[in-house]
Amino acid sequence: MRNQVQYVVILALAVAMTSELLTPVIAAQSIDPAAIPNFSRVDSMQARAQGCVTCHGQEGQGTGNGYFPRIAGKPAGYLFNQLRAFRDGRRHYAPMNYLVAYLPDAYLQEIADHFSQLRPSFAAFEAPVVPAPALERGRALVTAGDSARQIPACVSCHGLRLTGMEPGIPGLVGLRPAYITAQLTRWKTGDRRAAAPDCMHRIVNRLSDADMVAVSAWLGYLPAPQNLSPDTRNTVRMPLACGSQG
Amino acid sequence: MALMRRSVYLALLVALVIAAALAAFWWANQHRVPGGKSTLFARDTTSAVIAKGEYLARAGDCIACHTQPGSREFAGGRAMETPFGSLFVPNITPDEEHGIGRWTTDEFYRMMHTGRGRDGTLLYPAMPFASYTKITREDSDAIFSYLLSVPPIAQPNRPHELRFPFNNRELLIGWRALYFKEGEYVPQTRQTADWNRGAYLVQGLGHCAMCHTAINALGGSSESKAFEGGMIPNQNWYAPSLTSNREAGLGEWSIDEIVNLLQGGVSHRGTVYGPMAEVVYNSLQYLSDEDVRAMAVYLKALPSPGEKPLPPTAQVVKPAVMELGRKIYSQQCVVCHKDDGKGYPPDYPPLANNQSIEMATPVNPIRMVLNGGYPPGTKRNPRPHGMPPFAHLLNDEEIAAVVTYIRVAWGNSGAPVTPEQANQMRSANIE
Repeated sequence: MRNQVQYVVILALAVAMTSELLTPVIAAQSIDPAAIPNFSRVDSMQARAQGCVTCHGQEGQGTGNGYFPRIAGKPAGYLFNQLRAFRDGRRHYAPMNYLVAYLPDAYLQEIADHFSQLRPSFAAFEAPVVPAPALERGRALVTAGDSARQIPACVSCHGLRLTGMEPGIPGLVGLRPAYITAQLTRWKTGDRRAAAPDCMHRIVNRLSDADMVAVSAWLGYLPAPQNLSPDTRNTVRMPLACGSQG
Repeated sequence: MALMRRSVYLALLVALVIAAALAAFWWANQHRVPGGKSTLFARDTTSAVIAKGEYLARAGDCIACHTQPGSREFAGGRAMETPFGSLFVPNITPDEEHGIGRWTTDEFYRMMHTGRGRDGTLLYPAMPFASYTKITREDSDAIFSYLLSVPPIAQPNRPHELRFPFNNRELLIGWRALYFKEGEYVPQTRQTADWNRGAYLVQGLGHCAMCHTAINALGGSSESKAFEGGMIPNQNWYAPSLTSNREAGLGEWSIDEIVNLLQGGVSHRGTVYGPMAEVVYNSLQYLSDEDVRAMAVYLKALPSPGEKPLPPTAQVVKPAVMELGRKIYSQQCVVCHKDDGKGYPPDYPPLANNQSIEMATPVNPIRMVLNGGYPPGTKRNPRPHGMPPFAHLLNDEEIAAVVTYIRVAWGNSGAPVTPEQANQMRSANIE
């Protein structure tokens, strides 16, 4: 059993690490309709944002490929920070760095506002690929944390519905395990950073590899809440100081 | 008494004037530089000169190479990948230890004009001194005044990492003999003032030849092939010919269309992406209407090789490939580029009768389909429309088919593309 868990952990990490370099090519016939460019008026944000749709979907819901994240409904402040970080090379993902390299702040803000206002429904969640004990560990970390290891619960900052908090904390619902594991791993290696004090860096340092896979699996398994909007600014006292809320 | 006092004052005044003139003469001679006009004051730092220098530094796009993206302006450190290894661009802030804070105006001009560093070291030609040699002493001095006025950053320079034998600067003597011709731009009296201003900007500060002239195995570009186009080393973009109307030759464009492309990044004929988007974003969008128009006048007038238009090529494509390409086009491209390939210019560019789609090298259209792209956000076009990547949705055969389709449909005259050509561009560096 233990070996099996280890195998799954290694496999999931390997998939998460490599999927962004070697995104599998899907045959033309099976393209998700949300990934096909479409717009109703040329002079609109919808038309301008067609550069995003083959990966993130027409409404920012994400597409069939498990790595491309849902961006709809995330706080505009968070999306703007990420767009700027991609443009300025502080967050690394070559296809994104390339696309936004020559876009000014005001326009990145407008793109962020556009996707933050959309509320598309979720794609059906994936059946978890981890064994039951790992899923239970994931549920515990997400909802209660691990006080013995000073790990705060995800919900203490990302909201009880896990839809994030204005202005800088992203929603976690609707994201696929492959994407979440990859981001946690990148935070752990120092490749991804947030504004100082970088609370996620402190938290991820306390997570084992198995914890990261467990958390990702549970988050990917969650159904959509009724209300998809992020919590309003600083409705809770956060357990750690986070620069992105400053 | 009063008269005598006045004559003493007068004598003193005359003596002072003579002394000042002598001092000025000596000073001017001290600062005389071979080949350049003498300047009375080593550092003319009036705000008008600094403002002019800032404008000219924009025209020269100094910031693009001398700034690490997202980092402090002009502090250098950016790696430039070349076929010979990595060059690390130096700090040109006025920091006295690591930057150019202790340089003199003469040393700066000598560097721009002759490609020699402060201590006489031969510079690698990644610094476009072969173009900058054409700029005037006055413009060089203004740029220097501006650079002295920016915040100094104490960031040490990183040594270059070039492979043997390219790490030996002595080799540059040979390179310079072949490819470097020192000399300020000489206006052509038979041309208009606009044409001459455009030529000065394109050949000099704009250093357009760095990309738009083919680079040979020695990293040099031959003057006889000026602006005839070439692959940009290590970037895997093709910088099209500015002379051939089969590529980016602008002979058939209106001046307004050229101005729109250079200053705004989009036009009714085509759109800039990749390295040219960088040039528009960091440099051309800031130039005055008059200067961009002058560049357009010069570029439009560049002599074309006198080629005839190529015939349509649709019939040379295998029917199965044409059908696959048409199917993908009608599913994923048609909403923006339309059935007739005319697009919604300037927002979604036309593909029909678009030189960059049809030209002999298919690298750029393949890359656009694989990676998509946003034109630069500029003053004239601050909210550009973007194209999404298709690398993850289409396999090599499908990419080749759809690129082939747009190169031959609507009477276009491009050549078909193979799946192998499409595949080669998957590994292109897109950072």
